Amino acid sequence: MATVRFTSALKRFLAAPPAEVAGATVGEALAAVFEARPALRGYVLDDQGALRRHVAVYIGGEAVRDRVKLSDPIGPEDDIYVFQALTGG
Amino acid sequence: MAERLYVGTRKGLFELAPDNGQWDIAATHFLGDPVSAVLAQGDTVYAALDLGHFGAKLWRRDGADSWQELAVPAFPPKPEDAADDPHPWSLGKIWVIEPGGVPGRLWAGTMPGGLFRSDDGGESWLLNEPLWFMPERRQWQGVAGGEQPGISSVLIDPRNPDDIRVGVSTAGVWASTDGGASWSIINEGMYNEYMPPEQKGLPIAQDIHRLARCAAHPEIVWCQHHNGVFRSEDRGHNWHEITAIRPSKFGFAVAAHPRDPDTAWFVPAVKDERRIPMDGKVVVARTRDGGRSFDVLRNGLPQRYAYDLVWRHALAIDASGERLALGSTSGGLWISEDCGDSWSAPEARLPPISVVRFASN
Repeated sequence: MATVRFTSALKRFLAAPPAEVAGATVGEALAAVFEARPALRGYVLDDQGALRRHVAVYIGGEAVRDRVKLSDPIGPEDDIYVFQALTGG
Repeated sequence: MAERLYVGTRKGLFELAPDNGQWDIAATHFLGDPVSAVLAQGDTVYAALDLGHFGAKLWRRDGADSWQELAVPAFPPKPEDAADDPHPWSLGKIWVIEPGGVPGRLWAGTMPGGLFRSDDGGESWLLNEPLWFMPERRQWQGVAGGEQPGISSVLIDPRNPDDIRVGVSTAGVWASTDGGASWSIINEGMYNEYMPPEQKGLPIAQDIHRLARCAAHPEIVWCQHHNGVFRSEDRGHNWHEITAIRPSKFGFAVAAHPRDPDTAWFVPAVKDERRIPMDGKVVVARTRDGGRSFDVLRNGLPQRYAYDLVWRHALAIDASGERLALGSTSGGLWISEDCGDSWSAPEARLPPISVVRFASN
């Protein structure tokens, strides 16, 4: 099971605790999280299911390459980090 | 119902109430978050947020209850054959929320130009597909040179909830008389100075900054256009320019008197690359004779080195027609109880203001 961890910046809006989920890709892992927490989906993905422009996802210290279809493969021991790209002031 | 004014800013929503004859901040909400639209119907308040990282959000508060997050309008999956569509199929922000004239119904105007309807008080939203899938929609131009057009104004005829007009930056005025099942562009008589000569007068080339309608005489519609001020006496079909506007014809906001068809307010600024008040003085222009003449109102507004700009939704009037509120990009907030003759400011240094709105009954 991979672990998905979310930025603490989301705490202000809704609960987003770490989740252990199964899945072969980033997209599958996130979909498993959103199945349990549907309100979280719109904070991370846009209407077309792509990563929001100012949201970053890292697997084992590297940014995911496919931000549109979320097809980057993951392993069962991977830590997936979802956090905000720095913007604004 | 309590009198309330809601002020949406770059850094939160401020709720004001009258206190011994002076408006003051009674509560703060969503501190730190950009607010893009507000609607207050009685004790029910809707607040749209435009979160930099996490997208557009919508919250509702019923009476003394705490805020509850609602679904946001969402665009359908983008079809393969829409690859050349210049507009994103994803909600940018909610720009305006209006009551739909029947219980539970709301309309939301958005960037990138989608119009959405809710029939359950904002719990769920449906894209108006006839407008979005219309081939002409791909000709809509983005706001301020951006890629996203925006529906800034949604006018529902108080006598007929199926009669809808929307104002678009930049795509003119679109009308439906069948509840949104079909649409046509209706605005004749406007011109757009910055377009090539042969395109100046095209209805779709018109940058409608904001529309306002007289509630008691819905055939009267006022428009603050990118290139000037216009008035229509036939529900937005034919427009004539109001050249008497002073001190300048550029601006974003307009408010229409709820009962007097000849009275409206504007907030003129230096066009259009500069977007600052004329001579560093904040003024409101008011006509009481259908646009033939204007009073330039300045009593209580800053008159020295003031560079406050007032956005499309930051001038509001209440149902009395006497009380107005004005909010600026510099965080200036002024309220008038006498049709704009004099203005006073609550003690506060607010963030940049995007929207001001009185609670309606």
